[in-house]
Amino acid sequence: MNRALPPPAIPLALEAPAVGVLMPMFLWLDGSCRIRAAGPTLHKIIRRPFIGASLTSVFHLRRPVEIRDADDLVRANRIRLSVTGPPATGFKGVAVPLATGNGVLINLSFGYGVHDAVRDHGLSDTDFAATDLAIELLYLLEAKNAVMAELDRTNHALRGAKQEAEAQALTDALTGLGNRRALERAMALQTASGRAFGLMQMDLDHFKAVNDTLGHAAGDHVLSVVARVLRETVRHHDLVARVGGDEFVILLHGLADFGPIRRIGLSLLERLAEPIFFEGQPCAVSASLGAVLQCPPPHERDAETLLTEADRALYLSKNAGRSRLTMIDVKGHTETIPDTPSPAEDPTEPPGQGAEPVRMPPSGPVRANQTGAPTRDKPLTGTP
Amino acid sequence: MHGLINKAIQAFLSDAFGAAAWDRISRHAGLAQDLGCEGFEAMQTYDPHLTEAILDSASALLDRPRASLLEDLGTYLVSNPRVAALRRLLRFGGVSFTDFLHSLDDLPGRTRLAVPELLLPELLTEETAPGRFNLTILSCPPGFGHVMLGVLRALADDYGALTVAEHRGATPASGAGRTDRRNPGLVDESIEIEVHDPAFHDGRQFDLAGVAEA
Repeated sequence: MNRALPPPAIPLALEAPAVGVLMPMFLWLDGSCRIRAAGPTLHKIIRRPFIGASLTSVFHLRRPVEIRDADDLVRANRIRLSVTGPPATGFKGVAVPLATGNGVLINLSFGYGVHDAVRDHGLSDTDFAATDLAIELLYLLEAKNAVMAELDRTNHALRGAKQEAEAQALTDALTGLGNRRALERAMALQTASGRAFGLMQMDLDHFKAVNDTLGHAAGDHVLSVVARVLRETVRHHDLVARVGGDEFVILLHGLADFGPIRRIGLSLLERLAEPIFFEGQPCAVSASLGAVLQCPPPHERDAETLLTEADRALYLSKNAGRSRLTMIDVKGHTETIPDTPSPAEDPTEPPGQGAEPVRMPPSGPVRANQTGAPTRDKPLTGTP
Repeated sequence: MHGLINKAIQAFLSDAFGAAAWDRISRHAGLAQDLGCEGFEAMQTYDPHLTEAILDSASALLDRPRASLLEDLGTYLVSNPRVAALRRLLRFGGVSFTDFLHSLDDLPGRTRLAVPELLLPELLTEETAPGRFNLTILSCPPGFGHVMLGVLRALADDYGALTVAEHRGATPASGAGRTDRRNPGLVDESIEIEVHDPAFHDGRQFDLAGVAEA
């Protein structure tokens, strides 16, 4: 910017009070930087007599840092300074030369520090020039804060509602377990991350009979108890999902072999063989389990294949007399435990049919086999 | 109608008459289903008919003339701590009540600067004689003048001014407002204000840089 303005044909002469109306924060310096006059708002801010003092005794110069005389301020493109002593209110400004020998006129402004300055010095509208946009700026700042606060409230409510909706969308309402969507999501995430995991499918034996003879309330009660048993048996970060009426799927994170699945499976078989009581009536169900392992890449299988395999394993358990766990490894080898015959089951009864009478589950063989190590008819390995 | 206005009406009705009254009103207006349990959202624009339906139901269920309800709404906007931010924004209009009246012409523009979607009707202030003002609200939904009357009376008190303000009636919109709102339902309303003593009492403290109590 060119500060060397040509002298006007008629010099523009103003009294200091008139200058103060136009520029309430003006400074008039003589050639050696002594303050000759200042606007009313500067008097309000500095609060001690400073007319006659040198500029640098009242203000800390930030830009330019060093000056020899007042003309250096004119030559500087922009001036930055702050009041010496707290709260060190900062200003930006611009200086123009006055008629020869009359020194320099500086106009100051708070810049973006206007809100702090207004607060620190208790300023009001009348401390600003009528043309100054400071009040509009403060107004906008305040309006913006009010609007942001309102938006924040709305956002907060929306976030809560979203979380709730998401949780509901992934939760089975009756048991509080995950639902099919939760299972599909967890399987996709696990497969994408390339980690091994175990997948165990579980079907309740004789559940339809409970529903048919004791009513749906009894059935719902059984499902809730089974859900609790499942949660208590698996590790807390494993996913348990109810994917159908009496069908459950358990996703066991980070398993590379069938060892933990055997332990968890036997424990489930044992606990679910105990009758569940509803209003004093025993509801005799048991569980049939089928399990597979997801291998790390490049041997991973897609979700559908895994679920089909787990389902096949489950039906092998049912065919072997229920209350069993069957594991199928990646090569198709199967193992069913416990492998003792099930005398309580009627071998002529076809598996998976709903007309079973309500009776005590075939718990004998499970108890008999609990301590014995599971036997294998074929080698089963977790990783190929 | 902007959500901020609708939300202000909702806040006023629930604070003044109870949350149960608001529930009854929104049900009576047939809006409970559409609005959900939170009611209006601040940053959304709604069909003007919703606002009309709420005001009609409120007037019917509370057995209060619409004009008096709207005036109370105006008073609420200035004096209730729940909407303290609004009072502060209005007080930015000037150091005295007279100053404030002169600044009313800028109010819709200032509002638009902060919330571009919030369109307020154009306001025209004339000082017809010393201390005597006429405020015209151009092309506004009927009743807007009554809200302004409540705002003016409450703000006069806030500034500590002794004034008399009166609604002078409504005429079909002349279309003089700059905003293109030549909707047949809109009206021009006018208010007459006499400022007897701008500094009758101390009024309420106002610091430019104060923090609005949320």
